[in-house]
Amino acid sequence: MPCGLFFSSYRKDDAIFKTWWLRLWMAAMFVALLVYPLFSAEANSLTGMNVTNLFNLIFIYVIGAHGLNLLTGFTGQISLGHGAFMGVGAYTAGILAKMGWPFFVALPAAGVMAAAVGMLFGLPSLRLKGLYLAIATMAAQFILDYAMRNWTSLTGGSAGLTVHSATFFGIDLNTDESFYYLALFFAVLATLYLKNVTRSRTGRAFVAVRDRYLSAEVIGVNLFQYRIMSFGISSFMVGIAGGLWAYYITIISDEHFTMWLSVQYLAMVIVGGLGHVLGGIFGAIFFVVLPELLRIPAEALTDIYPNIFGIFASLREMVFGLIVILFLIFEPDGLAARWHTVRAYWKLWPFSY
Amino acid sequence: MSAVASPGRRAPEALKPEDVLLELDDIHLRFGGLNALSGVSFKVKKGHIQAIIGPNGAGKTCILNCICRFYNPYQGKIIFDGRDISHVATHRVAELGIARSFQNIELFRGMTVLDNIKLGHHVHMKSGFISGGLYLGKAQAEEIRVRTEIEERIIDLLEIEAIRKKVVGTLPYGFQKRVELARALAMRPKVLLLDEPMAGMNLEETEDMARFILDINQEWGVTVVLIEHDMGVVMDISDSVVVLDFGTKIAQGSPKEVSQNPHVIEAYLGSEAAAHSKLGL
Repeated sequence: MPCGLFFSSYRKDDAIFKTWWLRLWMAAMFVALLVYPLFSAEANSLTGMNVTNLFNLIFIYVIGAHGLNLLTGFTGQISLGHGAFMGVGAYTAGILAKMGWPFFVALPAAGVMAAAVGMLFGLPSLRLKGLYLAIATMAAQFILDYAMRNWTSLTGGSAGLTVHSATFFGIDLNTDESFYYLALFFAVLATLYLKNVTRSRTGRAFVAVRDRYLSAEVIGVNLFQYRIMSFGISSFMVGIAGGLWAYYITIISDEHFTMWLSVQYLAMVIVGGLGHVLGGIFGAIFFVVLPELLRIPAEALTDIYPNIFGIFASLREMVFGLIVILFLIFEPDGLAARWHTVRAYWKLWPFSY
Repeated sequence: MSAVASPGRRAPEALKPEDVLLELDDIHLRFGGLNALSGVSFKVKKGHIQAIIGPNGAGKTCILNCICRFYNPYQGKIIFDGRDISHVATHRVAELGIARSFQNIELFRGMTVLDNIKLGHHVHMKSGFISGGLYLGKAQAEEIRVRTEIEERIIDLLEIEAIRKKVVGTLPYGFQKRVELARALAMRPKVLLLDEPMAGMNLEETEDMARFILDINQEWGVTVVLIEHDMGVVMDISDSVVVLDFGTKIAQGSPKEVSQNPHVIEAYLGSEAAAHSKLGL
């Protein structure tokens, strides 16, 4: 039995999944994800929740969280405007769909539009860092929020914009189960992209900009170019998430893309793990699933004491907030770091040294 | 100048223009009312180890910062490899073949040693955010080629095989200094600017580092500009020494010549002691 992981070529060491055991698990997980829709009815009735809907939301948020993680976790540039950038993607996809564009053209266009807007509002990052950049990007959030609400001729204002669901070679993806594969495809693509970009030249330059921007410049990294590029890629991903959202929910209104969504994205990557590829996945799962799980005790209590429904409803929000705070205190590096700790433990178990 | 016969490791000869790799011509640098450098000029010969010494605050690091284009001298020219680099953007300097290490370690603390060194290779790589994101064919082949080169040339030379997958922030100081040298080497430099590479090291680590610098200089033919306070090291390994004090050059020559120069002795030891002692010997 080998006492560690050893490789005989650089190429083998370069693989994402290095052992056959890991590959087996990943293949099993992937097969499970692929066949899940066949059992969605059973899953829904077993849990009393619309599980497929949760899956779809997770996939959409994974894409956006990966985007913000690339910007905040890897490049170290904070953004409080990603909720609005997602809105830009959603409205772009929605408007183009209304004009009759097929979704496989409208969706990339949503990404490109969000990227353009994101790069524009990322320009202050050349001079601003940390909290100051947070405030500058927050301005982007408010400006875009205002535009979405008041540019009625384009966005439909607060009445919203109705989008027909995506059609793919004549198949209408209007059910949770059919949309599932579309969202899964893009979530997997986004994850692979993030993993690959962060282990190649561009991603290393991003981390260099985050860790020591002075020595990054000495080794030949153009700070301006890479900061703006990071804003662009990040907003592209969140724009794709927005486009998918538009095709999934089929009615877009400005209410969804507020400051709250931006903060939620930021919380997702912090709870999930800044600068870890898994961070966006864990964060999205945490933020979609936990409120649903908290609903169960809240609704049970409401059945017993029907008159104080309002209190339990807000209790749910408070417990959610409390859990997030506890996470930040006890696992500031996020769920991804905890995952690595657990894995390292089992790798050596029962010999802990 | 003294008339001692054996001046340095290599015999002095007249500098031909094609032998000069780096030239500072009358550099003036000012911060507000403070003159950090006033009219410093010297030439660095191709293949030499050029030391810059001087008391604290003499302006040694300022010279390196001017060469790296962190600072903008308000007067004077810096000529590298026959080209005036006084107005080149900071991030372009790496492409020209100038690499440096810092006095206070400036590594990317959250990354592994290997990634730090790969970053040194940044300007020599091609993959962008699309090809890198797909990581197919060319991009992967490039990663592996760079990895091979780094492992077999740099990591092997500097003897850091055992730590190459460790995160830099967790390493002891001596290793971090070595990793910083490795990152500079990955830039395939023509000239290596080292800012106190031996600071805070014990005797053994200092000797290792001196050996690495000599190896790099002799085997790779890289010109080295070295700032160092350890006079023993400076006297042993450098071909030529420039002495700065209060932003001006007070002496230049072989280590032996410099160590017997009365201005240098005065700058280091004060004028009274100058009559009785010799610097560092």
